[in-house]
Amino acid sequence: MEEAERAVAETDEAAAPRSERPEGRQPASSSEDGPAGEASEAMEEEQVAPEALSETEQQILDRLEQELGDAVIESASIFGTLVVRVQPDAWRRAAEVSRDALECDYLSFVAGIDWQPAPREGGEGGESSAPVQPTEMTFGAAGSAGRFQVFAYVQSTSRNWGVTLKTDVDEAAPLVQSWVPVYPGADWHERECWEMFGVSFGGHPSLRHIYLPSEFEGHPLRKDFPLLAREVKPWPGLVDVEPMPGDDTPAEGEGAGTEAEGGEEA
Amino acid sequence: MTTTNRPPMEVDPRIYRHLADAQVNVELDTGDMILNLGPQHPATHGTLRLVVRLDGERVVAADPVIGYMHRGYEKLTEVRSYPQITTLINRIDWLSSFANEVPFIHGAEQLMGVEAPPRAQYIRTILTELSRIATFLLFLGEMGLQVGALTPAFYGFRDREHVLNLIEAATGGRFHPNFNRIGGLKDDLPWGWVAETRNTMKVVLDGCNDFDDLVAGNEIFEARTKGIGIIPGDVGAGYGVSGSNLRASGVDWDLRRDGKPYLAYPELDFKVWTHPDGDSFSRYWVRLQETREAARMVVQMLDQLPSGPIMAKVPRIIKVPAGETWVETENPLGQMGYYVVSKGAIGPFRVKIRSASFSNISILPWLLRGVYVPDVITILASLYFILGDIDR
Amino acid sequence: MIAIDVGWGTILALKTLVVLGLIPLGALILGYVFLLKMMSHMQSRLGPMDPGGFHGWYQLIGDGLKFLQKEDIMPADADRRVFALAPAVVVVSTFLVFLVIPTGPDLIVKDLEVGVFYALAVSSLSVIGVLMAGWASANKFALLGALRAAAQLIAYELPLLLAVVGVVVQANTMSLQGIVGAQQNGAIFGWDLIGNPFILTQFVGFALFLVAAQAELTQTPFDMPVAESELVSGYMVEYTGFRFLFFFIGEFGTAFAFAALAATLFLGGWAIPGVDDVGLANVLGPLVLFAKLMAVAFLMFWVRFTYPRLREDQLQAVAWKYLIPIGLANILVTGIFKVAF
Repeated sequence: MEEAERAVAETDEAAAPRSERPEGRQPASSSEDGPAGEASEAMEEEQVAPEALSETEQQILDRLEQELGDAVIESASIFGTLVVRVQPDAWRRAAEVSRDALECDYLSFVAGIDWQPAPREGGEGGESSAPVQPTEMTFGAAGSAGRFQVFAYVQSTSRNWGVTLKTDVDEAAPLVQSWVPVYPGADWHERECWEMFGVSFGGHPSLRHIYLPSEFEGHPLRKDFPLLAREVKPWPGLVDVEPMPGDDTPAEGEGAGTEAEGGEEA
Repeated sequence: MTTTNRPPMEVDPRIYRHLADAQVNVELDTGDMILNLGPQHPATHGTLRLVVRLDGERVVAADPVIGYMHRGYEKLTEVRSYPQITTLINRIDWLSSFANEVPFIHGAEQLMGVEAPPRAQYIRTILTELSRIATFLLFLGEMGLQVGALTPAFYGFRDREHVLNLIEAATGGRFHPNFNRIGGLKDDLPWGWVAETRNTMKVVLDGCNDFDDLVAGNEIFEARTKGIGIIPGDVGAGYGVSGSNLRASGVDWDLRRDGKPYLAYPELDFKVWTHPDGDSFSRYWVRLQETREAARMVVQMLDQLPSGPIMAKVPRIIKVPAGETWVETENPLGQMGYYVVSKGAIGPFRVKIRSASFSNISILPWLLRGVYVPDVITILASLYFILGDIDR
Repeated sequence: MIAIDVGWGTILALKTLVVLGLIPLGALILGYVFLLKMMSHMQSRLGPMDPGGFHGWYQLIGDGLKFLQKEDIMPADADRRVFALAPAVVVVSTFLVFLVIPTGPDLIVKDLEVGVFYALAVSSLSVIGVLMAGWASANKFALLGALRAAAQLIAYELPLLLAVVGVVVQANTMSLQGIVGAQQNGAIFGWDLIGNPFILTQFVGFALFLVAAQAELTQTPFDMPVAESELVSGYMVEYTGFRFLFFFIGEFGTAFAFAALAATLFLGGWAIPGVDDVGLANVLGPLVLFAKLMAVAFLMFWVRFTYPRLREDQLQAVAWKYLIPIGLANILVTGIFKVAF
């Protein structure tokens, strides 16, 4: 209970931009740990310290830095997965290094992310109990140079390791090198990324729509593309909060979510 | 090993010319014919459209067109709270219902620093393996159906009913259990469920023996599937083909054993099945063995099932702290993963859903060159995709 | 029997009407018993149970009536006359086969001297109907199915013929009544209690005939032309309502005819061992033939529901590389035995 409360409380403090700091928490969910109680002590000490890289991750990072040199901008570890941000002009080179030097023969996915804060539903100051994100633009693990990023995860089927590679995309001219010559499976992933974010991939055989009809205009996963259903009918709020097993406290009422949300974001 | 490249069929051009003169509007230019398999077609498991260019009965080029079932999950997750997302993602791969929730819940729990108690982990694992059995039984039956044998499909559905009854008894839902909660499970197991599951696993193992005799041992089935649609291991990995498809190509890689530890798998003793051939028959065979293995794992887990609470203490309103995480699991269809980016709100900032079938199908343009039209059906059946998994 | 003096024309007309009525009836019986009931039970389900009360016996009759009142749809690009004629060609070819099948000593429409030859010849007319259907449908799936069917049906004519030649050699005649007579009056090494059904000596021929008949009927494992999961009923895909009913009756009627042929050629037809009285044989003959053909049909449909389908090239390989050499060898051995004994 304490640890959960601490988790909730900490979020309020962590609203400040934390572009340099990845998760400041010891992962409590690896199976070697005992119940959550033990990890909470470690948490108290390491709340602000960045997560240390494990030996395997360090190995991978060293190899990448060795091959790519300055192209490696930043790195971090998220719950046991290494995240490395590389320069845009070294994006394909990073793929080749992963495939050849790191023996990562398996492509899991290539995707995009738009770091711009989502517009608040109902406009500024309007009534909304929908999940509301912080209004300042903050970035995730290994940081970001701007609004758009492309990230990918590759793994090795023989060495049982993997690495998440990220690269920045220039908002004015969103162009990234295509991975298709390195991993043929990137074909479809890059088509989806282009369709959803508008990021073009140089060297892709045929960048066309994959999910949406060919006449579709716009790039849906961008934060400024509205979710039509939400415009028409706002989110009804946290209704029907079911009691947790073993929790006897009566429900705080239907508007609990609304109040909590409205109070913090004001 | 690649698909055998036989020389293209030669048809006398005079035949084509004569047919073209007839007063019927059929598109018969010399050489290639465009055939649309789908989106409504019994072979394509849903609304997948495969545009193939044929030379006689041989495929020259194939282009899958997907997106008929695109529901915009990744956009939806940005406006939903975490428990609501659990309801949504049940419906990605609707046959292995429970298994979809697991990686996302695990990711959310990682970010929150919560760990589900051991009993909940075990029950989650049991239900995941039951989902695996359920979806593979359907596969074993309907691959026979795609190849022409009408009867195994019914046996598959009949045996699957038993497993679905178990899942319904525990979770309340046959197809969309929505049973996971961040921190554990919604409810404990009902009275008598453990004994019933043991019996059902015996039935499942008997059913697998039936499939072994009726389908895998059938000479015609072997003639239809051996050597068809060979995926070399390295090509498959480059395309992102995962799960039983990759293991049937000889790649010994299973996230339950080789990935980061999750659920109760580190404490289980199970065998990972591979097959060196990489053709459609080996994909069938690997899934048959995995069904048996899953049944054995369930019995093992029932023996080792710990007692205790099934829910950790979490606040009423789940606010997941800021951070990112990537969780991947060995789902029945392949590798399913969630890259969850949270900024501390009650819903995530971005969720990238990595679904297995999307990558499994991306190999089709490469795989279908030079195969016969009936073999296209066999290959589609053996890759075993679910439209919801492709289209999200 | 009561002797009524009627001209041969009346008798012919009566017999024709009986046969015309028999085709749909036979199709119905086969369809219900094997397709609906036997298949269902083999697939651990029940099949139709409601129509007619007792195990849904009325199901197919109801289906037939339903088909009769459906709208007549024809694709816009279809060749109208050919499209309409195709089912008729198939049913006519079935009808022609029935003309020579004996159900009793006197119960045959016309006992041709070349009965066997005639039966196999007209049964292959259905290929024309299939091609017409596939072509006229203006549909690529239908065309693919029709082309597959044409190749398959022509390929499997030969094993069918070769299987029957052994019987003809053994019976010394091509007339079907003669073949039944030869089996009825024959003896197995002097023991003539059950006559000499040719299945005992022509077991290879029987197996060959069944396999080839399965292919002629485009039934699994040879149902590439109507591969449900690929072509969605192949050459018949554009046919609805009454025209589809014709195809259905044609398919099951031909199955009935082939089962009857197999029973006649190999199992002794209407002959009952020990019954020599012509009058009694005329009454019991049809029933006996019916029982024997149901046994043969059981085998055919059992195989249909069990095996997956062979791919087109594998199917052709089976016909040309295996069945025909076996058929030829069978004739050779039969001939040797016939001369030697």
